[in-house]
Amino acid sequence: MDFSIWFLIGAALVFFMQCGFAMVEAGFTRAKNSGNIIMKNLMDFCLGTVAFFLIGYNLLLGEDKAGILGWGLHPITDFANTDWSGFVFNLVFCATTATIVSGAAAERTRFIAYCIYSVVISAVIYPIEAHWIWGGGWLSQLGFVDFAGSCAIHMVGGVSGLIAAIVLGPRIGKYDENGKSRPILGHNIVIGALGVFVLWFGWYGFNGAAATDITQLAQIFATTTVAPAVATCTTMIFTWIKNGKPDVSMSLNGALAGLVGITAGCSNVDCVGAFFIGLVAGILVVVVVLLLENVLKIDDPVGAVAVHGACGIWGTFAVGLFDYNDGLFYGGGLHQLGIQCIGILAVLLWTVVTVGLLFFILHKTIGVRASLQEEIEGLDATEHGLESAYPDFQAVNYKY
Amino acid sequence: MKKLEIIIKPEKLEDLKALLDENQVNGLNIVNIMGYGNQKGIVQKYRGAEYRVDLLPKVKVETVVSNSVAEILIDKIVNEINTGNFGDGKIFVMEVQDAVRIRTGEHGKEAL
Repeated sequence: MDFSIWFLIGAALVFFMQCGFAMVEAGFTRAKNSGNIIMKNLMDFCLGTVAFFLIGYNLLLGEDKAGILGWGLHPITDFANTDWSGFVFNLVFCATTATIVSGAAAERTRFIAYCIYSVVISAVIYPIEAHWIWGGGWLSQLGFVDFAGSCAIHMVGGVSGLIAAIVLGPRIGKYDENGKSRPILGHNIVIGALGVFVLWFGWYGFNGAAATDITQLAQIFATTTVAPAVATCTTMIFTWIKNGKPDVSMSLNGALAGLVGITAGCSNVDCVGAFFIGLVAGILVVVVVLLLENVLKIDDPVGAVAVHGACGIWGTFAVGLFDYNDGLFYGGGLHQLGIQCIGILAVLLWTVVTVGLLFFILHKTIGVRASLQEEIEGLDATEHGLESAYPDFQAVNYKY
Repeated sequence: MKKLEIIIKPEKLEDLKALLDENQVNGLNIVNIMGYGNQKGIVQKYRGAEYRVDLLPKVKVETVVSNSVAEILIDKIVNEINTGNFGDGKIFVMEVQDAVRIRTGEHGKEAL
């Protein structure tokens, strides 16, 4: 059976995840910033496409140079001989990485700074580390396993989000004068839930697109269902016990945590493995949200760092435990686990250095944070001239 | 003439409207409002962190009636709309200086 058409359908499903991210981020933040969140999500894909087309594609999939990066392709000039399937497929994964940051950076980021960040991550930062993992680079040569991107995409996105959140600082009013965190409620949990379901749906493409036969695809669909379901149950039970009531927005994050966790090993673990990967992800996401919010005082409005960063690392590591051929719990010893750790550390270091440098430069030059007044009034009005994304809910005078 | 400002829980609105209609109220206006009383609102939790909710949804019903009708209405509301719980609401009574019917220009009690 020729799976090349499924490859492109999978790519379209991954594109649709942009809708999921937009809805989650809009739902978990305040209405006065909804237009801005939509713009960030819309533009990180569109600017990313241009950047990937001009440079990123070449760095990712070009002929391998010393295991570090690729080069030598001609998508601009040689339409007939370019692998457009590979271009679109890798572009939508690149765009997923970029869009993770907009959640962690929500409600206080200068739009121009975000646009520049989107271009740089899609042009250079993502393609190089993805080349190491999938483009023939040194990590793939080492036997590193990341089937769909727990490390390449989610860890990178989550850690980039963490750096952004640290450089930006918390939203005004997030912490009181004693440093105690104040809840800032998402304005539309229903839209947030829509986003989670759309992401889960798209994830069947995210994890499954690279499958080459139907048995493998079916197994990927199975693990991609079991892990998030178990993670969500775990998060629900954990918050129920911890807070006295099952938390809706945390449970929604739990589903995503499970999906991120299973992404690296979706084709290499069985459903028992998926069960435990989901279980740990469901607890880890809550622990990291609380760690960031209450202990480290880092404001992450949607839990992106916990979902993508922490669970991305967990998912990549878990392959070393649960891979049914080489995993520690399946008789494979520590070898695969060691390779997974090398990959995690290498990509982590690359991300911290490049993204840290990028945000530092932006911070020192054009500035990344909106002003106090802009943030209080709302970015829709101040960054986009949009008085409200919901004008009919307030007094608008129409003359008849 | 008296103006009654009746602040109640939203779920009691239909009961109150029925009561007012049965007692020859000429008209009324309804406003969605938010607020709190002596209990100062309630405490809720979001993602594990506590916050105080003092913008509790209420409904304010205003109506202007003659003095005699006002007395009857107040007694009936207190008897029939109360649930015995905090948050049942309040009635504020004000003296109305004048009322005017815009269509005809009538003043005073005839305007009601």
